[in-house]
Amino acid sequence: MARIAYADVEVGTELPGASFPVTRETLVRYAGASGDFNPIHWNERFAREVGLPDVIAHGMFTMAEAIRVVTDWVGDPGAVLEYGVRFTKPVVVPDDEKGALIEVSAKVAAKLDDEARTVRVDLSAHSAGQKVLGLARAVVRLA
Amino acid sequence: MALDQSLVGRSYPPVEPPYEVGREKIREFAAAIGDGNPVYTDREAAGELGYPDVIAPPTFVFSIAFQAAQQVIQDPELGLDYSRVVHGDQRFEYARPVRAGDRLSVTSTIESIASRAGNEFLDVRGEVVDESGERVVTTFLKLVARRVEQPQDSTEEGK
Repeated sequence: MARIAYADVEVGTELPGASFPVTRETLVRYAGASGDFNPIHWNERFAREVGLPDVIAHGMFTMAEAIRVVTDWVGDPGAVLEYGVRFTKPVVVPDDEKGALIEVSAKVAAKLDDEARTVRVDLSAHSAGQKVLGLARAVVRLA
Repeated sequence: MALDQSLVGRSYPPVEPPYEVGREKIREFAAAIGDGNPVYTDREAAGELGYPDVIAPPTFVFSIAFQAAQQVIQDPELGLDYSRVVHGDQRFEYARPVRAGDRLSVTSTIESIASRAGNEFLDVRGEVVDESGERVVTTFLKLVARRVEQPQDSTEEGK
């Protein structure tokens, strides 16, 4: 059960945004946990050979971080009924201590169903000034 | 060169054995995305929300569905050149969260095949069910096979 009440949100209600740092270590860890060992996510030489500017984050890593803005807001991740994104630009992760930053904001875009207490949340994710996710939307059941 | 349109609608049965969702695998995944929500690691916290065991973050199921989709990607009749493929879109529709102890089976189906400006688009739906056959989540994967660059393209596309 979500800890946010349907009655307490309006179209336009902003969720608390968040920024997620990504270093090469983050990507190695995610590769292991997800089983995605594509070298574009950890091997700079390989990434450049296939035309990328540098190592890039897994798209699914960015997708996983973005929805945290929603799950941290509602408390119960099971309140997320649908979640989808388009991968528009890669998150480029340089080989230094800072790495990259994924900045996520979100707002209630529509109240879908008064009875089911569902809302659509539109997400926005940027890194280095580039929009890295498009059409990023979640349907969430509120309390 | 184009993908075979006649394969739209083709389904690929689940691979055996089913994927067993482990508590420690969920913990590892949650740590990898830096998510400290206790419902992923603490059975009591999960129980307070009504779950019989720890649940998995929303995108955890992707790797299970993607593994199943390898049958599609590697289908020689489809003729997908995986060296040109990027992940275009991803979507999930949940009946309930994936949780520790689930034994999940995935049926992959080719939803559509399209071609635009030399790029090819492949949509694969994954129906993820538990051991009792109940639907847990449906996954929607869009892969884009980028067009093969012709020599004259390098000047047109240079940017």
